[in-house]
Amino acid sequence: MVEPAPSAVSLRGVSKSYKIFHRANRPTTLSEAVVQRVRHPLMRNTFETFQALNDITLEIPWGEAVGIVGRNGAGKSTLLKLLTRITAPSSGRIELAGRIGSLLEVGTGFHGELTGRENVYLNGTLLGMRRKEIQRRFDEIVDFSGVEKFLDTQVKRYSSGMYVRLAFAVAAHLETEILAIDEVLAVGDAEFQRKSLAKMRDVARDGRTVLYVSHQVQTVTSLCTSAVFLDRGRLVFHGSVDDALARYRESFLDFTAEHVDSARRPGTGELRFVDAKAVDQVLEPTQDKVIEFAVAANRDMVGSYYVSCHVNDANGVVIAQCDSRLVGLWLDPSREQRASMTIKDLWLRPGRYTIDLFLCKTGVLDAWEGACSFEVLPSTPYPEITPDEAFTQGVVLADFSYERW
Amino acid sequence: MSRTVITPPGRLNLPSWRELWAAREVMFRFAQRDIVLRYRQTVIGVAWVLIQPLVSAGIFSLIFGQVAKLPSDGVPYFIFAFVGMLGWNVFSGIAERAAPSLVANQALVSKVFFPRMLIPLAAGLSVLLDFLVALALLAFLLPGAGVTLGWQILLTPVWVLLVALLGSGVGLAASAIMVRYRDVGYALPWVLNVLLYASPVAYAVSAMPEQLRWFVTGNPMTWLLAELRWSLLGLDAPSAGQIVASVLVPLLVFLGGALVFQKMERGFADVI
Repeated sequence: MVEPAPSAVSLRGVSKSYKIFHRANRPTTLSEAVVQRVRHPLMRNTFETFQALNDITLEIPWGEAVGIVGRNGAGKSTLLKLLTRITAPSSGRIELAGRIGSLLEVGTGFHGELTGRENVYLNGTLLGMRRKEIQRRFDEIVDFSGVEKFLDTQVKRYSSGMYVRLAFAVAAHLETEILAIDEVLAVGDAEFQRKSLAKMRDVARDGRTVLYVSHQVQTVTSLCTSAVFLDRGRLVFHGSVDDALARYRESFLDFTAEHVDSARRPGTGELRFVDAKAVDQVLEPTQDKVIEFAVAANRDMVGSYYVSCHVNDANGVVIAQCDSRLVGLWLDPSREQRASMTIKDLWLRPGRYTIDLFLCKTGVLDAWEGACSFEVLPSTPYPEITPDEAFTQGVVLADFSYERW
Repeated sequence: MSRTVITPPGRLNLPSWRELWAAREVMFRFAQRDIVLRYRQTVIGVAWVLIQPLVSAGIFSLIFGQVAKLPSDGVPYFIFAFVGMLGWNVFSGIAERAAPSLVANQALVSKVFFPRMLIPLAAGLSVLLDFLVALALLAFLLPGAGVTLGWQILLTPVWVLLVALLGSGVGLAASAIMVRYRDVGYALPWVLNVLLYASPVAYAVSAMPEQLRWFVTGNPMTWLLAELRWSLLGLDAPSAGQIVASVLVPLLVFLGGALVFQKMERGFADVI
């Protein structure tokens, strides 16, 4: 007698490491590889090991919708790739107590030359459905997508919206016991998003298990029953959604402290920021935001470079990208540079904002995430006093007006 | 409910035949897609399958039969060369279509899981369909050639399967290596072209000078083509030893190709 599986997904000490070869001596053609082998028979390729996931142990019970959150590069997508068997773990053991279906990117496997109908069958089979299953649910899929009129048209003639809706409809009707989703709910119009979210909730309600990777904190909150927080390849927290999101937000602060040391930042390091600060650390929503920074000199560098500045909200969403190329600012590396960047007419919602600064030429010379931050005071720029729900939905506040005709 | 256990791959991992079988539908869908795509937006469609071996056999019989006046073991040169082309096209067609298939489907390989071996295998499947169409054409040509056939015609599927295994072995290895080294894509058609002339497709082994014959008799395609001509044209039966070798070698080549494929497979999603 086999014991019933207590959990849908179980990971024991799972790690995944990638080898990063140093580009200079990595052959890309067979002839190069052979020539190199003959010239240097004893030379081993030099490489660094990058630990994408480190000793993850995790049990996910049936019927849970689990959100996976973490900063960029924390290993969220790698985790899903391991679970869906796209790539193999370096060590450890994963047990899945059922079939796993994945929705890693909508429309993967769709072929432009095939008709909608042919693509539904091809895509469904690829995602692990049997022919019978697809036949049985065909009408449901078509109905959900709303493209029935164009079923026998080649999908290359579809609008991008139709394409995405049909692709999502196929994936959403997967009958696998475990479903892995990577940020696909952000597709389509609002109505379609609502439909998709409801569909995902139904899946979890059926007692199946959903794994959901997202940057969008709102969807994690509304869809998931528990959450996992990953930080640089380690599992830091597994528990309630609110606690996991709290840890996620805190991680931005820790990260900032660590990156003050320029040697630990990514980028080629030819040039580094030496200082950055928000002129006003605390400001009103409507105030101009001014960021000052200084860059060291490097006389050996040829050509000018540019700067890019990202404003992120507390959830890690990039609100604004201010690239100096857009306004024609190029800086000379032969001397130390001091400059300031001003954002006018952007009304920010109350909360904490962090600034990422990038120095770039052809590649990224210095990437300083969380270089500085500022706090927007909890006041509204609007003339009327309303309950909070009147302005909590948007990402930014808009300077708008209504006029009656 | 099925239970899946995922562990790091071992040094020598054989493909999971059970998993391949379970996912066979994916292979048929791929093959179907390839076939549909090949003939959509073409004017003469399936006729291409017939024209290609007909023209090649015509040119061979003109050059080798008429100009060089080589012997063709007693059957009309055109039929002799046509059967040779049929067998050869199965081998080279499978190898040639399988090789770039993984790179061409890289979006899938890095996004969805299914046994990756199905991609090159499916690419080969459409070649077998071409073979069947051309074989039907041969059925019309044979009565005019005065060929008498015996029971050995029943063995034709076996030889074709062996040729397909040989081609798939080469195709599997080539497709996996091509993920990392794209120059395989340039080298393979050239190598196959050289092999075409090193195999008795357009000429008979008997036309080879005695001192060079070892060169063609050591080639597995020589054995398989002889067996095909025995089955389809009633030429001399191959020796028992040759039959045994022509069964074993394609099996070994296929297994070798599968092992190379499996060895490189774990890195596909990370490299492609």
